[in-house]
Amino acid sequence: MNPVDWFNSASEWITTTVFYSVEIAGATLPLIVVWLVIAGAFFTVWLGFMQVRGPKLAIDLVRGKYSDPDDAGEVSHFQALATAVSGTVGLGNIAGVAIAISLGGPGATFWMILAGLLGMATKMAECMMGVKYRREHADGTVSGGPMYYLRDGLAERGMGGLGKVLAVFFAIFMIGGAVGGGNMFQSNQATAQIVAVTGGEGSFLADNSWIVGLVFAAAAGAVIIGGIKSIARVTEKIVPFMAVLYITACIIVLLANFTAIPEAIGNIFTGAFTPEGVVGGAIGALIVGFQRAAFSNEAGLGSASVAHSAVKTREPATEGFVAMLEPFIDTVVICTMTALTIIITGAYLNPDATELGGVALTSDAFETVLPWFPNVLALAVVLFAFSTMISWSYYGMKATGYLFGDNVVAENVFKVIFLIFTVIGSAAALGPVIDFSDSMIFLMSIPNLIGLYIMAKVVRSVITSYYDRVQSGEVKQVADHY
Amino acid sequence: METVVVGVDNSDVSTRAVEFAVERAKHNNWKVVLVHVIPWTPYSFTTPSENEHRHRERQREIEAATEQILAPMSEIAEKGGVPHEELVHHGKPSETILDIAGDHGAIHIIVGRTGDSGLREAIFGSVASRLVQHAKVPVTVVP
Repeated sequence: MNPVDWFNSASEWITTTVFYSVEIAGATLPLIVVWLVIAGAFFTVWLGFMQVRGPKLAIDLVRGKYSDPDDAGEVSHFQALATAVSGTVGLGNIAGVAIAISLGGPGATFWMILAGLLGMATKMAECMMGVKYRREHADGTVSGGPMYYLRDGLAERGMGGLGKVLAVFFAIFMIGGAVGGGNMFQSNQATAQIVAVTGGEGSFLADNSWIVGLVFAAAAGAVIIGGIKSIARVTEKIVPFMAVLYITACIIVLLANFTAIPEAIGNIFTGAFTPEGVVGGAIGALIVGFQRAAFSNEAGLGSASVAHSAVKTREPATEGFVAMLEPFIDTVVICTMTALTIIITGAYLNPDATELGGVALTSDAFETVLPWFPNVLALAVVLFAFSTMISWSYYGMKATGYLFGDNVVAENVFKVIFLIFTVIGSAAALGPVIDFSDSMIFLMSIPNLIGLYIMAKVVRSVITSYYDRVQSGEVKQVADHY
Repeated sequence: METVVVGVDNSDVSTRAVEFAVERAKHNNWKVVLVHVIPWTPYSFTTPSENEHRHRERQREIEAATEQILAPMSEIAEKGGVPHEELVHHGKPSETILDIAGDHGAIHIIVGRTGDSGLREAIFGSVASRLVQHAKVPVTVVP
């Protein structure tokens, strides 16, 4: 059996287990999606609708209005947020949204935005906890994330045994998520883009897509094994630029069709409740919308908590507020832009939409207004994919480090496995890759959310006490010096 | 005793600025605060592993600046026999020097005309010209 066949059959088994579904009104509802949405709804209510009350404070924090001037030179709120966002903004925002709309119609957008807004509360909870329970090592480096708050937070509540078990499961799933959604899916979709711009099915690379995978693996390997920081730095600097370019292109497409905007927005609302030709009707649209939002903004999965925990702050709650902006940027802004572009150009109506797959659909949408844009999009996809791979390789490495006590051999084994899957991802078909990625990524939410529910009281007291101290004036803004 | 702030880096012109300041400080009974600013912005894009090691990296940057840049400058002040203090800070150089001058109630700011990065200054303007534009106390620019 070759590795790709082996992967496909393994993926099928894992997927059916993770996505155990129930039938509702003819649509299949995976219980794991319900799990994430309930968490979002719970923390929204539990934290008293911080999505509505907190954004101003969050933005002030990012602007450094509460930062101690003596901390200049440390990791700022902006940097922690930007790092987390660059791991999150990726193909989920381009390919994932296209898939959601081709399956669930324009109405899926409505549910996607709602899921994004609910996800803000979950993200706030997990990132605050990541900072609160992070480990500061003797050499000044910082490690944080769900592994640490599950283990140490639950131990404080006399549930040390459960905490350790959850932390270990979380770390294992995060390694799986890093290899799957953070790596294979990225390499798969980036390869598809490169094949498409080099001539589609007639391209030499179409039958030899592993070559593209190999190039990716070499570049990623140079960063994560070779420690070549310059590649990572260049990517980190180009990605925000590409994100701005991408949004600008969306706006241009929307402006070119501005008379159709009201209808598109109308379609999103009517499609959310009474969709036409969508399997499972409104429930079907809701399911794909929620599923793609969760995959894109990662709220409840705990991954971003690792990136956010590097920030320099004395108040863990501050990073909770800042992290809340992440699902907003990712889902409510960027995913919605992609969705509008696809709906307004009618690209999703293509009868071959499902076969074309994610990026191709988005690419078609842009092509109607900006014929040259597919090439830029291909470049954007490749860069987004690459930066997401770098972020997730880091997450996977931290998880490996947690499991094996920062054993260097174990971390190197992880890196090699990671790169092998980069190549497999480029050669495998989209379906099994998406299924495997989703399963692994969603599994992370099980130990993470169990822990957050048990510690919900701490989450609320830390966040509301900080919020109240800001409101009462006890926590003051730093005087604008100069 | 009145205080003057001197912005320093590792250029020759910066050495001349310190010599100039120390000379005047002797006559006027000033205290000299030598400031080196490590260019840094909270709005840059970084990788997760850079963030993980940032605290240690910052410590190293401060140590390197203290040893390599401030130590020779402080020697000039020591030889001149004037009271002096050395500070290293991260930030935007012109703004940070102004902040520190404000905090110390400085009556005067002294800097070299050009810093150690010619090209960047050609595009964005020099620290000295920004100080001249924004300072609330007299600024002396030493050629």
